[in-house]
Amino acid sequence: MTKTDLTRRHLLGGAAALGLAGLPGRVRAAGPLTVGFVYVGPKDDYGYNQAHAVAAKALKGLAGVEVVEEERVPETNAVEKTMESMINLDGAGLLFPTSFGYFNPFVIAAAKKYPKVQFRHCGGLWTEKDPKNAGSYFGYIAQGQYLNGIVAGHTTKSKKIGFVAAKPIPQVLNNVNAFLLGAQSVDPAITCQVIFTGEWSLAVKEAEATNALIDGGADVITCHVDSPKVTVETAARRGAFVCGYHVDQSPLAPQKYLTGAEWDWLPIYKGFVADVQAGRSPPNFLRGGLADGFVKMSAYGPAVSDGARRNADAVKAEMMKGGYEIIKGPLKDNAGKEVIAAGKGLPEKALELESTNYLVAGVRGAV
Amino acid sequence: MSQDLGLWTVPLAVIGGAIRVSTPFLFVSLGETITERAGRINLGLEGTLVFGAMAAYATAVVTGSPWAGVAAAGAAGAGFGLLHGLICSLPRVNDVAVGIALMLFGIGLAFFLGKPFIQPSAPPLPAIPFGFWSDLPQVQAALRVNVLFLVGAALSVALWWAFRHTKAGLVVRVVGDSAEAARAMGYSVTRVRVLATMAGGVLAGIGGAYLSLYYPGSWNEGISSGQGLMAVALVIFARWNPLACFGAALLFGGAGALGPALQSVGVSSGYYLFYAAPYVLTLGLLVATSSPDRALAGAPGELGLSR
Repeated sequence: MTKTDLTRRHLLGGAAALGLAGLPGRVRAAGPLTVGFVYVGPKDDYGYNQAHAVAAKALKGLAGVEVVEEERVPETNAVEKTMESMINLDGAGLLFPTSFGYFNPFVIAAAKKYPKVQFRHCGGLWTEKDPKNAGSYFGYIAQGQYLNGIVAGHTTKSKKIGFVAAKPIPQVLNNVNAFLLGAQSVDPAITCQVIFTGEWSLAVKEAEATNALIDGGADVITCHVDSPKVTVETAARRGAFVCGYHVDQSPLAPQKYLTGAEWDWLPIYKGFVADVQAGRSPPNFLRGGLADGFVKMSAYGPAVSDGARRNADAVKAEMMKGGYEIIKGPLKDNAGKEVIAAGKGLPEKALELESTNYLVAGVRGAV
Repeated sequence: MSQDLGLWTVPLAVIGGAIRVSTPFLFVSLGETITERAGRINLGLEGTLVFGAMAAYATAVVTGSPWAGVAAAGAAGAGFGLLHGLICSLPRVNDVAVGIALMLFGIGLAFFLGKPFIQPSAPPLPAIPFGFWSDLPQVQAALRVNVLFLVGAALSVALWWAFRHTKAGLVVRVVGDSAEAARAMGYSVTRVRVLATMAGGVLAGIGGAYLSLYYPGSWNEGISSGQGLMAVALVIFARWNPLACFGAALLFGGAGALGPALQSVGVSSGYYLFYAAPYVLTLGLLVATSSPDRALAGAPGELGLSR
């Protein structure tokens, strides 16, 4: 026992000395690497946080890696305190604050204060002016929503599909646009109604929004909120079909679940951990889609027709090659303004997708 | 499948929303009315509501019976009410402070114990399809009324009657209006208040059961989003009258459905403003019904905020 205590103390002391000495270039190399995960909600929410927590759990199995987690950390200076305690008390060398609103100013401030610790934030917010020990990673899950849209387009009878959205930020708007464009690739007459709830997690409002979409005639529903559980269950109870988001929600509605866009964060996290363990600085800006293995699809549900499967599988095969353009000119937004000219297109890693501020023609709703 | 109802969707959604969303408001505000009529404030009902939601869901998952869940939620609520009532019976204890402490305690305990129950699905409470006469799926959906809503509606009438015409109701009011008078008549003020707080807790717990077992019908940590607190404020708005509580709960439920419904028919700008509709409505009504002559008509005399 004494021996382990001493080793641990030595390690911490060594790490602190390294921090004080400010050795350039190298991140703490010796000993196990402690990786800290910060979640905005509960880590078993059938949604966004669960997707991260599943990957974090898989990291625990790696040699030389220790994982510390904290859930339900609000997007306030609480996250800064959480990160500081992970650094100072747990000796974390690599931090993943996973919620969009953590980045500015909290991650930036912490990265400036602890230049020896690596911060990688989920969301495409990092730019060249931000600290070099911080960074962003994000999956272009709109590809998954496009495939959802294709299946929805084959399934809808009313030619109306619905989207329960949290906040009008670029990633959410990309998903709404992709969902409709996928459906319109099947039938250009399809429209998509979007309802914004204004918050990442508001159970009653999400249920009301789902009901309002179905009352308005939508018969396939998807969403972008932190926990799709309420939306999926409410829609299925009303007899509408659902496309999942974040993780596989098919156990919640086995008959009504068509397919779903899921994250796969494990390859990203493994890469980052390997970089830090090897003493390298992990990439500052990392994005990818289906082809990079950052995004995957749920298995098809029983209600998906053969035609829909073939169509979606064919497009998915195209996407797996990389460079698939969902936003392709000529394309207008729903106010009639041109967003991209004929002959141009945005592949999944295009930077413009991180600043989307429009809803494409056919989406009923406003940013 | 469903027809396009155009603008008719909005009133229909508001009616449907009033029926769907109002029940937790109704139960919590009726419970708080009983407690406050006995001269005590229980701000902790938000905690009781959340704990009730968790207890109901967990029990329903384990036993397979939603009604066992409702019973468990009621029992848990009684426990919280008893705790609040007993602590506040000690000399020089502030009931507002105890309420806030118990609210945080209830929420924290519910999150802690509820962790293993986020993933499983519980059997929902049954609903009665009052919309069977209509061919429109929208109408049918709006008029699917849960049994607990009907119980709440009946309870508000029964309580209104009981406060006027039964001995128990009059005793609660005497205790709430003047502790000295109640003591002079030989009633134990403490006992009546503890029982009234317990009754309030039971109702708030059942309100929580509605949240997790019917609408939105799942247990997660964001399930209440402050409805218990709003319901406590609603009691003042309803002037401690159970019938008015029913009306106010319907109003809040309907106003909450307004934002999503308006977006669904294309009124999409300024949805944050529509989401604030219930609060604007409350402010407006409070201003409109306020009296320059006397403060808070109908307030029980022993209540902290009118003393």
